[in-house]
Amino acid sequence: MDASRRGFLTIAGLSLVGAAGGSTLIAAIGEPGTAVESLPAEPPGGGRRLAMVIDLRKFGHDGELVERCIRACHRAHNVPDFGADRKNEIKWIWAEDFESTFRDEEFRYLRRDLQGKPTLLLCNHCDNPPCTRVCPTKATWRRPADGIVMMDWHRCIGCRYCIVACPYGSRSFNWTDPRPHLESPQADFPTRTRGVVEKCTFCEELLARGGQPACVEACADDEIVFGDLNDPGSKVRRLLAEHLAIRRQPGLGTRPEVYYIVEDPRTLAETAPAAVVPGAAENDHV
Amino acid sequence: MHDAAKIVGGLVLFAAVMTSPFWYNALTAAPAAVPALDPPPNGSKECVEPRAYMRANHMDLLNEWRDLVVRTGQRDYVSTTNGRAFDMSLSRTCLDCHSNKAEFCDRCHTFLAVNPPCWDCHVEPKEAP
Repeated sequence: MDASRRGFLTIAGLSLVGAAGGSTLIAAIGEPGTAVESLPAEPPGGGRRLAMVIDLRKFGHDGELVERCIRACHRAHNVPDFGADRKNEIKWIWAEDFESTFRDEEFRYLRRDLQGKPTLLLCNHCDNPPCTRVCPTKATWRRPADGIVMMDWHRCIGCRYCIVACPYGSRSFNWTDPRPHLESPQADFPTRTRGVVEKCTFCEELLARGGQPACVEACADDEIVFGDLNDPGSKVRRLLAEHLAIRRQPGLGTRPEVYYIVEDPRTLAETAPAAVVPGAAENDHV
Repeated sequence: MHDAAKIVGGLVLFAAVMTSPFWYNALTAAPAAVPALDPPPNGSKECVEPRAYMRANHMDLLNEWRDLVVRTGQRDYVSTTNGRAFDMSLSRTCLDCHSNKAEFCDRCHTFLAVNPPCWDCHVEPKEAP
Protein backbone atom coordinates (compact mmCIF):
# COMPACT_ATOMS: atom_id res chain seq x y z
CA MET A 1 0.00 0.00 0.00
CA ASP A 2 2.82 2.36 0.94
CA ALA A 3 4.67 1.61 -2.27
CA SER A 4 1.65 2.39 -4.45
CA ARG A 5 0.90 5.60 -2.51
CA ARG A 6 4.47 6.72 -3.04
CA GLY A 7 4.24 5.84 -6.72
CA PHE A 8 1.03 7.81 -7.06
CA LEU A 9 2.60 10.90 -5.47
CA THR A 10 5.68 10.67 -7.69
CA ILE A 11 3.59 10.45 -10.85
CA ALA A 12 1.31 13.27 -9.70
CA GLY A 13 4.29 15.51 -8.93
CA LEU A 14 5.96 14.81 -12.24
CA SER A 15 2.73 15.51 -14.09
CA LEU A 16 2.40 18.88 -12.37
CA VAL A 17 5.98 19.82 -13.25
CA GLY A 18 5.44 18.66 -16.81
CA ALA A 19 2.23 20.66 -17.19
CA ALA A 20 3.84 23.80 -15.78
CA GLY A 21 6.89 23.39 -18.02
CA GLY A 22 4.75 22.76 -21.07
CA SER A 23 2.59 25.81 -20.61
CA THR A 24 5.66 28.00 -20.02
CA LEU A 25 7.16 26.62 -23.22
CA ILE A 26 4.00 27.34 -25.17
CA ALA A 27 3.91 30.88 -23.75
CA ALA A 28 7.55 31.40 -24.71
CA ILE A 29 7.10 30.19 -28.27
CA GLY A 30 3.87 32.09 -28.73
CA GLU A 31 1.05 31.42 -31.11
CA PRO A 32 2.06 30.61 -34.65
CA GLY A 33 1.84 33.68 -36.83
CA THR A 34 2.32 36.25 -34.05
CA ALA A 35 5.61 37.42 -35.49
CA VAL A 36 4.09 38.12 -38.90
CA GLU A 37 1.03 39.85 -37.47
CA SER A 38 3.18 42.13 -35.31
CA LEU A 39 4.93 43.56 -38.37
CA PRO A 40 4.15 47.20 -39.01
CA ALA A 41 2.44 47.83 -42.32
CA GLU A 42 5.05 50.37 -43.37
CA PRO A 43 8.80 50.09 -42.92
CA PRO A 44 9.66 51.45 -39.48
CA GLY A 45 11.12 54.90 -39.05
CA GLY A 46 10.67 57.87 -41.32
CA GLY A 47 13.81 59.36 -42.77
CA ARG A 48 15.66 57.73 -45.58
CA ARG A 49 15.47 54.15 -46.78
CA LEU A 50 18.77 53.42 -48.45
CA ALA A 51 18.67 50.68 -51.03
CA MET A 52 20.72 49.26 -53.84
CA VAL A 53 19.74 48.38 -57.39
CA ILE A 54 22.02 45.98 -59.23
CA ASP A 55 21.47 46.25 -62.96
CA LEU A 56 22.20 42.71 -64.11
CA ARG A 57 21.75 43.75 -67.76
CA LYS A 58 24.98 45.70 -67.56
CA PHE A 59 27.03 42.90 -66.00
CA GLY A 60 28.91 40.58 -68.29
CA HIS A 61 29.30 36.83 -68.10
CA ASP A 62 33.04 36.99 -67.61
CA GLY A 63 32.69 38.24 -64.03
CA GLU A 64 35.28 40.95 -64.51
CA LEU A 65 33.15 43.76 -63.08
CA VAL A 66 31.89 41.52 -60.32
CA GLU A 67 35.47 40.81 -59.30
CA ARG A 68 36.30 44.50 -59.42
CA CYS A 69 33.44 45.34 -57.04
CA ILE A 70 34.44 42.56 -54.63
CA ARG A 71 38.06 43.67 -54.63
CA ALA A 72 37.14 47.32 -54.04
CA CYS A 73 34.91 46.43 -51.09
CA HIS A 74 37.23 43.93 -49.46
CA ARG A 75 40.21 46.22 -49.87
CA ALA A 76 38.38 49.18 -48.30
CA HIS A 77 37.18 47.18 -45.32
CA ASN A 78 40.19 45.01 -44.52
CA VAL A 79 38.37 41.80 -45.39
CA PRO A 80 40.93 38.98 -45.28
CA ASP A 81 41.46 36.63 -48.20
CA PHE A 82 41.56 32.98 -47.20
CA GLY A 83 41.80 31.72 -50.76
CA ALA A 84 40.40 28.23 -51.18
CA ASP A 85 39.86 27.79 -47.43
CA ARG A 86 36.05 27.96 -47.44
CA LYS A 87 35.69 27.24 -43.73
CA ASN A 88 37.39 30.50 -42.76
CA GLU A 89 36.06 32.54 -45.68
CA ILE A 90 35.00 36.11 -44.86
CA LYS A 91 32.80 37.88 -47.38
CA TRP A 92 30.96 41.17 -47.45
CA ILE A 93 30.08 40.97 -51.11
CA TRP A 94 30.49 37.91 -53.25
CA ALA A 95 29.34 36.29 -56.49
CA GLU A 96 27.26 33.27 -57.30
CA ASP A 97 25.55 32.21 -60.48
CA PHE A 98 22.07 33.56 -61.15
CA GLU A 99 20.28 30.29 -60.40
CA SER A 100 21.91 29.96 -56.96
CA THR A 101 21.29 33.60 -56.15
CA PHE A 102 17.56 33.21 -56.72
CA ARG A 103 17.38 29.61 -55.62
CA ASP A 104 13.76 29.68 -54.48
CA GLU A 105 12.65 30.37 -58.04
CA GLU A 106 12.37 27.30 -60.22
CA PHE A 107 14.29 28.16 -63.35
CA ARG A 108 13.52 25.15 -65.44
CA TYR A 109 13.86 26.94 -68.74
CA LEU A 110 15.84 30.02 -67.75
CA ARG A 111 16.52 32.71 -70.31
CA ARG A 112 19.84 31.89 -71.92
CA ASP A 113 21.68 35.11 -71.07
CA LEU A 114 20.94 34.65 -67.37
CA GLN A 115 22.09 31.03 -67.18
CA GLY A 116 25.14 30.83 -64.93
CA LYS A 117 25.52 34.60 -64.91
CA PRO A 118 27.82 35.79 -62.10
CA THR A 119 25.60 37.79 -59.73
CA LEU A 120 26.69 39.99 -56.87
CA LEU A 121 25.35 39.16 -53.43
CA LEU A 122 25.62 41.21 -50.27
CA CYS A 123 23.72 41.98 -47.11
CA ASN A 124 20.17 42.94 -48.13
CA HIS A 125 19.79 45.45 -45.29
CA CYS A 126 16.28 44.13 -44.77
CA ASP A 127 13.46 46.28 -43.53
CA ASN A 128 12.50 43.41 -41.26
CA PRO A 129 15.89 41.90 -40.48
CA PRO A 130 15.79 38.55 -38.66
CA CYS A 131 19.44 38.86 -37.64
CA THR A 132 18.86 41.86 -35.38
CA ARG A 133 16.02 40.17 -33.53
CA VAL A 134 18.22 37.35 -32.28
CA CYS A 135 21.30 39.34 -31.24
CA PRO A 136 21.61 39.03 -27.45
CA THR A 137 23.91 42.05 -27.06
CA LYS A 138 22.39 44.48 -29.56
CA ALA A 139 25.61 44.32 -31.52
CA THR A 140 23.56 44.47 -34.71
CA TRP A 141 20.49 46.61 -35.31
CA ARG A 142 18.54 48.38 -37.99
CA ARG A 143 19.22 52.13 -38.06
CA PRO A 144 15.80 53.82 -38.13
CA ALA A 145 17.20 56.93 -39.84
CA ASP A 146 18.32 55.22 -43.05
CA GLY A 147 17.48 51.51 -42.75
CA ILE A 148 21.08 50.30 -42.69
CA VAL A 149 21.52 47.08 -40.73
CA MET A 150 24.51 48.15 -38.72
CA MET A 151 27.05 46.21 -36.66
CA ASP A 152 28.99 47.14 -33.54
CA TRP A 153 32.06 44.90 -33.58
CA HIS A 154 33.02 46.16 -30.13
CA ARG A 155 29.93 44.53 -28.74
CA CYS A 156 29.71 41.29 -30.74
CA ILE A 157 30.32 38.26 -28.52
CA GLY A 158 30.49 35.84 -31.42
CA CYS A 159 27.46 33.72 -30.54
CA ARG A 160 26.60 33.50 -34.28
CA TYR A 161 22.82 33.54 -33.77
CA CYS A 162 22.65 36.20 -36.49
CA ILE A 163 24.44 33.92 -38.93
CA VAL A 164 21.81 31.28 -38.31
CA ALA A 165 19.00 33.83 -38.58
CA CYS A 166 20.13 35.41 -41.87
CA PRO A 167 18.57 33.50 -44.79
CA TYR A 168 21.00 35.07 -47.27
CA GLY A 169 24.34 33.91 -45.88
CA SER A 170 25.44 37.52 -45.64
CA ARG A 171 27.33 37.16 -42.39
CA SER A 172 30.76 35.67 -41.81
CA PHE A 173 32.48 34.62 -38.62
CA ASN A 174 36.14 35.16 -37.80
CA TRP A 175 37.29 31.71 -36.74
CA THR A 176 40.90 32.88 -36.63
CA ASP A 177 42.71 36.19 -36.35
CA PRO A 178 42.20 37.92 -39.72
CA ARG A 179 45.32 40.10 -39.47
CA PRO A 180 47.85 37.57 -40.84
CA HIS A 181 45.62 37.12 -43.90
CA LEU A 182 45.65 40.81 -44.82
CA GLU A 183 48.46 41.99 -47.01
CA SER A 184 48.48 45.61 -45.86
CA PRO A 185 45.51 46.73 -43.74
CA GLN A 186 43.97 50.10 -44.50
CA ALA A 187 44.70 52.37 -41.54
CA ASP A 188 41.37 54.17 -42.08
CA PHE A 189 39.23 51.17 -41.28
CA PRO A 190 39.56 48.68 -38.44
CA THR A 191 40.16 45.01 -38.99
CA ARG A 192 38.13 42.57 -36.97
CA THR A 193 39.35 40.17 -34.38
CA ARG A 194 38.87 36.48 -33.74
CA GLY A 195 35.39 35.60 -32.52
CA VAL A 196 33.49 38.43 -34.21
CA VAL A 197 30.80 38.31 -36.90
CA GLU A 198 31.05 40.75 -39.79
CA LYS A 199 29.10 41.77 -42.87
CA CYS A 200 28.44 44.61 -45.32
CA THR A 201 27.40 47.90 -43.72
CA PHE A 202 26.44 49.68 -46.97
CA CYS A 203 29.73 51.58 -46.40
CA GLU A 204 28.12 53.76 -43.76
CA GLU A 205 31.55 55.25 -42.96
CA LEU A 206 31.84 56.49 -46.56
CA LEU A 207 28.22 57.69 -46.64
CA ALA A 208 28.89 59.74 -43.50
CA ARG A 209 31.57 61.63 -45.44
CA GLY A 210 29.30 62.17 -48.40
CA GLY A 211 30.63 59.28 -50.47
CA GLN A 212 29.08 56.28 -52.14
CA PRO A 213 29.57 52.61 -51.26
CA ALA A 214 32.86 51.16 -52.49
CA CYS A 215 31.19 48.69 -54.88
CA VAL A 216 29.17 51.52 -56.44
CA GLU A 217 32.35 53.55 -56.83
CA ALA A 218 34.02 50.61 -58.54
CA CYS A 219 31.38 50.72 -61.29
CA ALA A 220 31.75 53.06 -64.22
CA ASP A 221 28.29 53.09 -65.77
CA ASP A 222 25.58 52.83 -63.09
CA GLU A 223 25.83 49.05 -63.01
CA ILE A 224 25.03 49.41 -59.30
CA VAL A 225 22.89 52.33 -58.19
CA PHE A 226 22.53 53.36 -54.59
CA GLY A 227 20.06 55.79 -53.10
CA ASP A 228 17.05 56.64 -51.00
CA LEU A 229 13.82 54.78 -51.72
CA ASN A 230 11.81 57.33 -49.74
CA ASP A 231 12.82 60.05 -52.17
CA PRO A 232 10.49 59.77 -55.20
CA GLY A 233 13.01 61.57 -57.41
CA SER A 234 15.98 59.36 -56.57
CA LYS A 235 17.75 57.30 -59.19
CA VAL A 236 16.87 54.02 -57.47
CA ARG A 237 13.17 54.89 -57.46
CA ARG A 238 13.28 55.85 -61.12
CA LEU A 239 15.01 52.60 -62.05
CA LEU A 240 12.50 50.54 -60.08
CA ALA A 241 9.61 52.44 -61.64
CA GLU A 242 10.85 51.77 -65.15
CA HIS A 243 12.19 48.25 -64.95
CA LEU A 244 11.34 44.84 -63.62
CA ALA A 245 13.47 44.16 -60.56
CA ILE A 246 13.51 41.10 -58.33
CA ARG A 247 14.77 40.50 -54.81
CA ARG A 248 16.16 37.44 -53.10
CA GLN A 249 13.56 35.32 -51.27
CA PRO A 250 11.00 38.07 -50.69
CA GLY A 251 8.53 35.40 -49.57
CA LEU A 252 10.35 35.10 -46.26
CA GLY A 253 9.00 38.48 -45.22
CA THR A 254 12.40 40.00 -44.48
CA ARG A 255 11.82 42.83 -46.99
CA PRO A 256 15.26 42.80 -48.59
CA GLU A 257 16.41 46.14 -50.01
CA VAL A 258 18.81 45.00 -52.71
CA TYR A 259 17.08 44.85 -56.09
CA TYR A 260 18.18 43.10 -59.26
CA ILE A 261 17.08 44.34 -62.68
CA VAL A 262 16.70 41.26 -64.87
CA GLU A 263 15.26 42.57 -68.11
CA ASP A 264 16.43 41.25 -71.42
CA PRO A 265 19.53 43.10 -72.64
CA ARG A 266 17.70 43.61 -75.96
CA THR A 267 15.08 45.72 -74.18
CA LEU A 268 17.89 47.85 -72.87
CA ALA A 269 19.14 48.41 -76.39
CA GLU A 270 15.64 49.43 -77.46
CA THR A 271 14.88 51.71 -74.53
CA ALA A 272 18.31 53.28 -74.19
CA PRO A 273 17.94 55.82 -77.02
CA ALA A 274 14.53 56.90 -75.67
CA ALA A 275 16.08 57.44 -72.25
CA VAL A 276 18.90 59.50 -73.71
CA VAL A 277 16.79 61.81 -75.87
CA PRO A 278 15.11 63.90 -73.12
CA GLY A 279 18.51 64.53 -71.50
CA ALA A 280 19.99 65.58 -74.83
CA ALA A 281 17.03 67.89 -75.49
CA GLU A 282 17.54 69.54 -72.11
CA ASN A 283 21.18 70.03 -72.88
CA ASP A 284 20.23 71.72 -76.15
CA HIS A 285 18.00 74.18 -74.32
CA VAL A 286 20.73 74.95 -71.83
CA MET B 1 67.03 38.88 34.35
CA HIS B 2 70.46 37.37 33.95
CA ASP B 3 70.68 37.94 30.18
CA ALA B 4 68.91 41.28 29.85
CA ALA B 5 71.66 42.71 27.69
CA LYS B 6 71.54 39.80 25.26
CA ILE B 7 67.77 39.82 25.06
CA VAL B 8 67.41 43.56 24.60
CA GLY B 9 70.35 43.61 22.20
CA GLY B 10 68.78 40.79 20.21
CA LEU B 11 65.42 42.57 20.08
CA VAL B 12 67.04 45.78 18.90
CA LEU B 13 68.98 43.88 16.25
CA PHE B 14 65.83 42.05 15.16
CA ALA B 15 63.87 45.31 14.88
CA ALA B 16 66.68 46.92 12.93
CA VAL B 17 66.90 44.05 10.46
CA MET B 18 63.15 43.81 10.02
CA THR B 19 62.68 47.51 9.37
CA SER B 20 65.82 47.85 7.24
CA PRO B 21 63.93 48.06 3.93
CA PHE B 22 62.01 51.05 5.20
CA TRP B 23 65.18 52.73 6.39
CA TYR B 24 66.94 51.96 3.19
CA ASN B 25 64.15 53.46 1.10
CA ALA B 26 63.77 56.48 3.37
CA LEU B 27 67.47 57.29 3.07
CA THR B 28 67.99 56.60 -0.63
CA ALA B 29 64.55 57.83 -1.68
CA ALA B 30 64.09 58.43 -5.38
CA PRO B 31 60.85 59.87 -6.74
CA ALA B 32 58.46 57.34 -8.26
CA ALA B 33 59.26 56.68 -11.90
CA VAL B 34 57.00 58.49 -14.36
CA PRO B 35 56.95 57.33 -17.96
CA ALA B 36 58.06 60.05 -20.36
CA LEU B 37 55.64 60.49 -23.24
CA ASP B 38 56.86 61.88 -26.53
CA PRO B 39 54.92 64.80 -27.99
CA PRO B 40 53.10 64.40 -31.30
CA PRO B 41 55.61 64.11 -34.16
CA ASN B 42 53.64 66.60 -36.24
CA GLY B 43 54.28 69.33 -33.66
CA SER B 44 50.65 69.78 -32.68
CA LYS B 45 50.33 71.53 -29.33
CA GLU B 46 46.60 71.27 -28.73
CA CYS B 47 44.53 68.19 -28.01
CA VAL B 48 40.73 67.97 -28.15
CA GLU B 49 40.60 68.69 -24.42
CA PRO B 50 43.22 69.99 -21.89
CA ARG B 51 46.21 67.79 -21.21
CA ALA B 52 45.33 67.00 -17.59
CA TYR B 53 41.81 65.96 -18.56
CA MET B 54 43.06 63.78 -21.40
CA ARG B 55 45.63 62.11 -19.15
CA ALA B 56 43.00 61.14 -16.62
CA ASN B 57 39.99 60.54 -18.83
CA HIS B 58 41.05 59.68 -22.38
CA MET B 59 39.71 56.14 -21.99
CA ASP B 60 36.24 57.38 -21.07
CA LEU B 61 36.32 59.93 -23.86
CA LEU B 62 37.28 57.23 -26.37
CA ASN B 63 34.52 54.93 -25.15
CA GLU B 64 32.03 57.76 -25.49
CA TRP B 65 33.26 58.53 -29.01
CA ARG B 66 33.03 54.87 -29.94
CA ASP B 67 29.41 54.60 -28.82
CA LEU B 68 28.38 57.88 -30.45
CA VAL B 69 29.93 57.04 -33.80
CA VAL B 70 29.01 53.38 -34.05
CA ARG B 71 25.65 53.36 -32.36
CA THR B 72 24.18 56.79 -33.11
CA GLY B 73 26.09 57.69 -36.26
CA GLN B 74 27.13 61.02 -34.75
CA ARG B 75 30.64 61.90 -35.86
CA ASP B 76 31.39 65.48 -34.86
CA TYR B 77 32.83 66.29 -31.47
CA VAL B 78 32.93 69.91 -30.35
CA SER B 79 35.72 70.59 -27.89
CA THR B 80 34.53 72.07 -24.59
CA THR B 81 37.73 74.09 -24.27
CA ASN B 82 38.24 75.78 -27.61
CA GLY B 83 34.98 75.07 -29.41
CA ARG B 84 36.70 73.45 -32.36
CA ALA B 85 34.99 70.52 -34.07
CA PHE B 86 36.76 67.19 -34.40
CA ASP B 87 35.97 64.00 -36.25
CA MET B 88 35.39 61.38 -33.54
CA SER B 89 37.84 58.89 -34.97
CA LEU B 90 40.71 57.08 -33.31
CA SER B 91 42.61 56.59 -36.55
CA ARG B 92 41.72 59.88 -38.23
CA THR B 93 41.92 62.30 -35.32
CA CYS B 94 43.91 60.82 -32.41
CA LEU B 95 46.49 59.00 -34.47
CA ASP B 96 46.79 61.87 -36.91
CA CYS B 97 48.81 63.68 -34.24
CA HIS B 98 49.86 60.82 -31.97
CA SER B 99 51.31 58.73 -34.75
CA ASN B 100 54.02 57.50 -32.38
CA LYS B 101 52.07 54.75 -30.70
CA ALA B 102 55.15 53.05 -29.21
CA GLU B 103 56.40 56.26 -27.58
CA PHE B 104 52.98 57.53 -26.57
CA CYS B 105 50.25 54.96 -25.95
CA ASP B 106 52.43 51.95 -25.23
CA ARG B 107 54.89 53.64 -22.88
CA CYS B 108 52.25 54.56 -20.34
CA HIS B 109 50.11 51.45 -20.84
CA THR B 110 53.15 49.21 -20.30
CA PHE B 111 54.16 51.14 -17.19
CA LEU B 112 50.69 50.75 -15.72
CA ALA B 113 50.34 47.16 -16.96
CA VAL B 114 47.05 47.89 -18.68
CA ASN B 115 46.29 46.21 -21.97
CA PRO B 116 43.46 47.96 -23.81
CA PRO B 117 42.23 45.93 -26.78
CA CYS B 118 42.06 48.92 -29.19
CA TRP B 119 44.82 47.59 -31.43
CA ASP B 120 43.30 44.16 -31.82
CA CYS B 121 41.19 45.77 -34.54
CA HIS B 122 42.23 49.38 -35.10
CA VAL B 123 45.28 49.62 -37.29
CA GLU B 124 48.25 51.39 -35.81
CA PRO B 125 49.94 53.99 -38.01
CA LYS B 126 52.92 52.75 -39.95
CA GLU B 127 56.34 53.50 -38.58
CA ALA B 128 58.12 56.21 -40.51
CA PRO B 129 60.72 54.55 -42.77
